Amino acid sequence: MSYTEHELAKDLENQEYKFGFVSNIESDQIPKGLNEDVIRIISAKKEEPQWMLDFRLNAFRVWSEMTEPDWAHVHYQKPNFQDIVYYSAPKQTKKYESWDDVDPEMKETMKKLGISMEEQKRLTGVAVDFVMDSVSVATSFKSKLKELGIIFCSFSEAVQEYPELVQKYMGTVVPTSDNFYAALNSAVFTDGSFCYIPKGVRCPMELSTYFRINEGGTGQFERTLVVADEGSYVSYLEGCTAPMRDENQLHAAVVELVSLDNAEIKYSTVQNWYPGDKNGKGGIFNFVTKRGICETNAKISWTQVETGSAVTWKYPSCILKGDHSIGEFYSVAVTNNYQQADTGTKMIHLGRNTKSTIISKGISAGKSSNSYRGLVQIHKGAHNARNFSQCDSLLMTDECGAHTFPYIECKNSSAKIEHEATTSKIGEDQIFYCKQRGISEEKAIGLIVNGYCKEVLNQLPMEFAVEAQKLLTISLEGSVG
Amino acid sequence: MEATLMTTNSTDFTKNWSPTALSFPKKLIEQATEFIETTHFPTTRDEHWKYTRLAKLSKQQFLQSKVAATAEFDSISNSNNRLVFVNGLFNAGLSNLTQSNGLTLTALSENSAVLNQTNVDVIDLFSAMNICFAKDGIHVHVAKNQTIETPIEIVFVQTGEQTAAVIHNQITIDEGAKASVILNFQSKNAKNTFTNVISNVSVGKNAHFTLYKMQTENETATFIGTENVTQERDSYFHIHTSTLNGLLVRNNLNIKVIGENADTHLNGMYLGHGSMHVDNHTVVDHTVANCESNELYKGVMADKSTGVFNGKVFVRKDAQKINAFQSNGNVLLSDDATINSKPELEIYADDVKCSHGSTTGQLDEEAVFYLRARGISEKAARQLMVSAFIGDVINKIDNTEVSDYLTSKLETMFGWDF
Repeated sequence: MSYTEHELAKDLENQEYKFGFVSNIESDQIPKGLNEDVIRIISAKKEEPQWMLDFRLNAFRVWSEMTEPDWAHVHYQKPNFQDIVYYSAPKQTKKYESWDDVDPEMKETMKKLGISMEEQKRLTGVAVDFVMDSVSVATSFKSKLKELGIIFCSFSEAVQEYPELVQKYMGTVVPTSDNFYAALNSAVFTDGSFCYIPKGVRCPMELSTYFRINEGGTGQFERTLVVADEGSYVSYLEGCTAPMRDENQLHAAVVELVSLDNAEIKYSTVQNWYPGDKNGKGGIFNFVTKRGICETNAKISWTQVETGSAVTWKYPSCILKGDHSIGEFYSVAVTNNYQQADTGTKMIHLGRNTKSTIISKGISAGKSSNSYRGLVQIHKGAHNARNFSQCDSLLMTDECGAHTFPYIECKNSSAKIEHEATTSKIGEDQIFYCKQRGISEEKAIGLIVNGYCKEVLNQLPMEFAVEAQKLLTISLEGSVG
Repeated sequence: MEATLMTTNSTDFTKNWSPTALSFPKKLIEQATEFIETTHFPTTRDEHWKYTRLAKLSKQQFLQSKVAATAEFDSISNSNNRLVFVNGLFNAGLSNLTQSNGLTLTALSENSAVLNQTNVDVIDLFSAMNICFAKDGIHVHVAKNQTIETPIEIVFVQTGEQTAAVIHNQITIDEGAKASVILNFQSKNAKNTFTNVISNVSVGKNAHFTLYKMQTENETATFIGTENVTQERDSYFHIHTSTLNGLLVRNNLNIKVIGENADTHLNGMYLGHGSMHVDNHTVVDHTVANCESNELYKGVMADKSTGVFNGKVFVRKDAQKINAFQSNGNVLLSDDATINSKPELEIYADDVKCSHGSTTGQLDEEAVFYLRARGISEKAARQLMVSAFIGDVINKIDNTEVSDYLTSKLETMFGWDF
């Protein structure tokens, strides 16, 4: 019997999260709740300098006066911020000399995640900074990067060893008071990654960090800062999976990118956190602030494949400050069951001859809701600014929703802005065409979905594209052959 | 939420106005009164007014006329059915009414019994004000299977200083009927006027209705107009909104399609100049299956003007086989002009074809050069191109009287030659 769309929808609904497991690593927790004392404890535990503590306390005071935003097209039970553990770190604090010293259970965890470190090292030359519950435990390829002067380390290490760089750039792209979750993150962030590429250096390998939310009830607050100095280039990969949990877990990360004159940063994300079960129970809340700033001739390119999380609220943005700077945003967002995603980008054109491209592909299945929300803002001085946006939505069932909310603001008469969006389901004629040529319906749907996302998947670095395709396959299993 | 953000009290704004004498349901008036008492003027923190500032407006005081004054006016058509309202009050002397079969055409101040059954909603401050303070308006009713050949023209003219016209219109097109109405808003010897108009339009089964809305009130005028349209099965509705002048113009168009196989066309043009601010909000709500909607709005912004376009298409659950298309094009002629465009889609059904597009740009310099190389002056070349750009929208007008009036207005206002 042929595989029908109806069956596909059913299969999608029954699709359980493939990475649902909990690793039993002892962790060092502090009591639930958030107040100035908790922040002092976090800061003390991490042996941070005074300026870092001041930054956190200032952020906490700003956050205390803010209210949670509710403009996004998502509905969820608001997290109780006093019911969250703000710090949890694996107990072993000693650093590993070599890969062999790493706790076997942790290695096992990585294997289950499909991130075999050895294999990645050997096959792809990717340096992995593996973050398990907020503290960095293994960093590879560090010495090789060091030769080139590239700094790639955990955020806490950077605070200790490169305070002048951290102080110079932290909070410059996403200020503490930017939004509710950015302020929260600034107050309580436990760890993250820091990357600095010196002038004129082209980073020879893809830098990658794997985030993993592990400890139940632990909100994870990552902070990433990537600085590409003049004329440098870096491609940064970020991928996430999380174990199955019943209560909602909050993730409020901040990512700041600084692309100085003539530099280029390529930031790719594959996000596959636990989306909740098929009844919409559980799942991760993903409220992320990602933003980059481009100086003259600089370029920032965001690529994201979003398949996980119960609620996603994420707008990777580019501030095109310098003349001739370029911003790009490529996104595939898949929602299934009761998942909700409100995602998009902001392109702020300030400099002359700035260019931005937005390609967003949404796929909604089950009873999910998938929204694109984007802003293209051309300021008065942005002569000859150019923007092209395309936002397509694919609907798989009659119970899901696909929405488009683009904001286009133009204050310069020499700017050219184009925006187009389409919403449709997979054409029956397309499926018929494939079937006529001996391709089963299931494979045909897979083929069409793959082709539909190709534009974005092509932007991912080769070794990451494979994983992204795998995730798409899992998220829409049954449809992708 | 409003109370913490907003400062201007709405009751101050309406304190000189007298309550409506039209027979709205009592409950509705109570509801609207309460709304005004508890709601402040919206600010840009309010998503629906994100790009339109009302602070200056909210501090002003306008006066409603007690008796219908007389005024000069421009008419579009040679219609034998022309009603004229001066400062929001019906002037029978200036009007021209002919009995037609199946057509009821009255001013609501003469008979407003129809409003007993009105299903208008208090959705915002201006609709609340309209219900509380509406002085007059038009009631158009076309009976079943009647065709009214010539368009019905309603002229609303503002004259004098600081005048307020609060107008409520009810238009009902019964099953199988066909008609078109022109709402012609203009001002003569007027300064700082305020117009608040709501038109409720009900298009019956298999009915065919075209509405032309023309805003040419002068550059000191504030105009807030709302059309609430419901469309039944197999009906055809076409609205054409033209905004040529004004200080602050807000056009709200809410179309709800409640019957299958309906056909909806929304076209609009807005020409910004001086320090004009024009804001077009459109909503097409597809609640049932097998319908089609087409939307085309084009704007040209010059000088220090600001144009806003916010188009929303809803496709509700189970409203399958909907084709909804939305397009917004803008040309900026000056670096001091601004365009804010927000085309939105909210889709809850899967078997649909929906798309929207929005472009903002300037005149193609190469095309200007091409024309100049053929001996056309730069000014003429630019005018030609702007008029061609806007011409797309004008070409959608079936009624030649209306399109001729529009082009002649454009000629006199901007010196364009078509």
